[in-house]
Amino acid sequence: MGQSKLDLLQGTLDVMVLQTLHVLGPLHGYGIARRIEQVSGDEVLLNQGTIYASLVRLQQRGWISAKWGTSDNNRKAKFYAITKLGQKQLLRDAAHWQRLAEVMGRVLAMQDKGGQR
Amino acid sequence: MISLRQTLNRLLAFFRSDRLDSEVKEEMASHLEMAVEENLRRGLSAEEARRQALIRFGGLQQALERHRESRTLPWVDVLRQDLRFTFRMLRRDSGFAIVAVLILALGIGANIAVFSVVNTILLRPLPFRDPQQLVRIVEKDPKAGESSKTYTADATQDFQQQNHSFQSVSGYFPFTGPDNFKLIGNSQPAPATGLLVAEGFFQTLGVEPSLGRLFRPEEFAQHSQAVALLSYPFWKRRLGGDRSIVGSAINLNNTSVTVIGVLPETFDFGAVFSPGAKVDLFEPFVMDVFRDDGNSLALVGRLKQGVTLAQAQSEADQLLPQFFFEHKHPEYGKGYTGQLTDLKEYVSGRLRRSLIVLWCAVGMILLIVCVNLSNLLLARAAARGKEFAMRRALGAGRGRLVRQLLTESLVLAAAGAVIGLGFAYGILSYLAHQGSITLPLLAMVRVDGSVLEWTLLMAIAAAMLFGAAPGLRMSSGNLQEVLKDSGPGLSEGRRHDRMRSTLVIMEIALACVLLVGAGLLLRSFLRVLDIDLGFEASHAAAISVDYDDGGNVAKRTAIWQEITSRSLMIPGVESAGISDNLPMSRNRSWGIAAKGEQQQNALNYIPVFVYIVSPGYLKAMGMRLIEGRDLNWDDLSNNRASVILNKTAARKLWPGHDPIGRTVIAGGMDSEVIGVIADVHETDAEDSAGLQMYLPATKQFGPQGSYLVVRSKLPPASLAAGVMHKLREINPGQPATEFKPIQSLVDHATSPRLFFVLLVGTFACLGLILASLGIYGVISYSVTRQTQEIGIRMALGATRSWVQLDVISKTFRLALIGVAVGIIASLVLARLIASLLFQTNPSDPLTFVSMLAVLGAVALLAGYLPARRASKIDPMVALRMN
Repeated sequence: MGQSKLDLLQGTLDVMVLQTLHVLGPLHGYGIARRIEQVSGDEVLLNQGTIYASLVRLQQRGWISAKWGTSDNNRKAKFYAITKLGQKQLLRDAAHWQRLAEVMGRVLAMQDKGGQR
Repeated sequence: MISLRQTLNRLLAFFRSDRLDSEVKEEMASHLEMAVEENLRRGLSAEEARRQALIRFGGLQQALERHRESRTLPWVDVLRQDLRFTFRMLRRDSGFAIVAVLILALGIGANIAVFSVVNTILLRPLPFRDPQQLVRIVEKDPKAGESSKTYTADATQDFQQQNHSFQSVSGYFPFTGPDNFKLIGNSQPAPATGLLVAEGFFQTLGVEPSLGRLFRPEEFAQHSQAVALLSYPFWKRRLGGDRSIVGSAINLNNTSVTVIGVLPETFDFGAVFSPGAKVDLFEPFVMDVFRDDGNSLALVGRLKQGVTLAQAQSEADQLLPQFFFEHKHPEYGKGYTGQLTDLKEYVSGRLRRSLIVLWCAVGMILLIVCVNLSNLLLARAAARGKEFAMRRALGAGRGRLVRQLLTESLVLAAAGAVIGLGFAYGILSYLAHQGSITLPLLAMVRVDGSVLEWTLLMAIAAAMLFGAAPGLRMSSGNLQEVLKDSGPGLSEGRRHDRMRSTLVIMEIALACVLLVGAGLLLRSFLRVLDIDLGFEASHAAAISVDYDDGGNVAKRTAIWQEITSRSLMIPGVESAGISDNLPMSRNRSWGIAAKGEQQQNALNYIPVFVYIVSPGYLKAMGMRLIEGRDLNWDDLSNNRASVILNKTAARKLWPGHDPIGRTVIAGGMDSEVIGVIADVHETDAEDSAGLQMYLPATKQFGPQGSYLVVRSKLPPASLAAGVMHKLREINPGQPATEFKPIQSLVDHATSPRLFFVLLVGTFACLGLILASLGIYGVISYSVTRQTQEIGIRMALGATRSWVQLDVISKTFRLALIGVAVGIIASLVLARLIASLLFQTNPSDPLTFVSMLAVLGAVALLAGYLPARRASKIDPMVALRMN
């Protein structure tokens, strides 16, 4: 654990949640949090509790829906699923992040080639 | 990006906060359970599994806070916090909260009620279509009651045909009294009040029937089928709101009358045209029937688009003087005048000043309330000064603190406004059903949209007013000074004291103005009650009598004699008589001239109020015969043309001569003057008496309806059954009309003045109580703060009476300054209400002195209680208190 983790940029958690729900279908909060941790290879500094603020925000925007259900091990939990509106938003956000990542990559690469550090 | 949906959801979230909280808590709990389970599966110990799960979760409370933050609007949440804090504060200090809210409720409630009345009578347009076009047409200098405010059928028709200013001119017949019809159904005949309206009356006002139709032109022709329009309340109450009644017939006075429609609920004829009266049904006024009857129509017109009142007035000034009274009798002369007044102005214009005074008075009450609350809050502020300084020291922004204080003020004001609205609602529903208060439009008073807006405005204004001083004090000021100053030191808070004293002085001054105003109005009212009305209203009562004489004069005389003699047989009845009109109710006038004195031509006729009466009427009313004799039954049965005049009429006809035995031409007949009575106030207690004559009911002088007046020491209620029994013996069809005390007629006439006196008086009392509370609060507070100081002084040898005197003199100083300011203000303001006073000087010394005495006494009492407490301070206890 010693090595420092990535601090989450504003708004990135929302995209991660949407993507997770898009790929895996309905999940409860714990499931989403664990999934994000696993996928990120434990690189992300995530207080699992923050996921709930993100979930309520997404819900209020109408991008995800929620209903109570039972988990695999018979525990009462709220299950979240992505909505049509959320799918659209995810497409937009994904495109945005992809472009941003590309641009960042190019910019950083250019500096490397220049080698004037 | 915050979308509309999100904002909405956030607002919703605010209101469902508790549920959302518990849901997310449950969610988080289950989250932790799952994490613990997974950790256990990985082989951790139970304790370690739980610890790890909690670490990964990262703080339950923080997560909850973040959840709340992201689901609601930030300002809503702050407001929520403020409100929650406010409620906690107020609950802890519930005594203060209850007193503050009650005081505010009184002040705001009184203001709402008065505003509703002002709004209904002055501000709101009349409930007709384009009411600004409606005009009332009245003779310019009406001398003799209703008859001189009306026009003949011929003059009305001339004006209708020849004017170019009006879309339409119509009118109504104002000479019918209450209960002039009887509705005969399956049970006892019921009295009903009907009014005749000329063609196009409702169309002129722009009133549409809620059921059926209005009158058609052919229904105004003589001998057409009898039809009637019903008022909404009458239809609801008497006919059970039966919709099928339209088109069917009802029995009125043994005549079958077809109901053609029901007027809307919003149309209240009495409220606009005849305050205090209720009209149950309307029938067509047939011009040809009244053509020979003199002035009979009260006129209302609707101006054409674009025609101003001034233009219409100049046309009327040109037209009306040319009109003959009657086409058939040009020798009766010609020459009307016409004063055109906006209908709304005519109805309520003369009340403007009274209402504005009332409005100001109640505004002062609100000011006093605010000052009082300001004071209470200042006292609290002093107690809470440390708390606020502490909060500032801990980093609370000044804005946040002011906002917190303002929230408290607003919550208090809002609670006061809600309870006040309840108060006002009660008062208004009471007022709206007071037929005995003859203020126009009052029956239409209710809490409506503009009243609610006004309430909101007032609540906010009040909160700002009473919250400002403590708010400023609390948020400004040197932190350290406050923290230092807030110990129960000796001479601390002098500055504080001065502010509170100024407020109390303001309160006393305001209360003083209110008291003086109320005193002046009360004195005027007492003066009015003292007027010699010319009859004795107490111990007499009247009832509208129904009989069928078949148009036979002899039979009528016999019936009248029968009615009076049988009434006299009732035990306790001292005298009884019949008249067709009672004083201070409806009236009419005829022209009269002295025979032989002057050259006879139409111009010498002077208008005189006419009463067609039976022998005994004058005595039953308590009218005083100065000269000559009363009528007797022989006068009636022999159709003798005799007349009794009042003093003013006799003096006007034969100045300086004995009128008895002289002859007047009254109602076109030579009549002998047989008696003179003291003047009777026939229309209003405050006007001087006009000219009157009392004629016997004979062939020549037919009565219009008849009222039996009975004088007895017994209360009217106990006689009512006996009288009704006697009347039913004579006529089984006698409807169940009310046996009304004559006093009620007088009360009716004086009710507007009583209304204002009562209200202003109530406000003055309220002001006095609030001011005394204010004095008490300030003095009592300063005694509490100075307990130690007083203790020291007493330890050093000050006596109890010295301490007492010291506190009282402080009170007295406050009261004196307040009263001085109040007197100056009162002297100025009293001039403004001079026109509302009756035989009372606006600077009436008696009123001023007595009101000052009251105020002084109350102030001293308010100061005495804390003074006594101060003198009871035990120096040992006071000194040990720290």
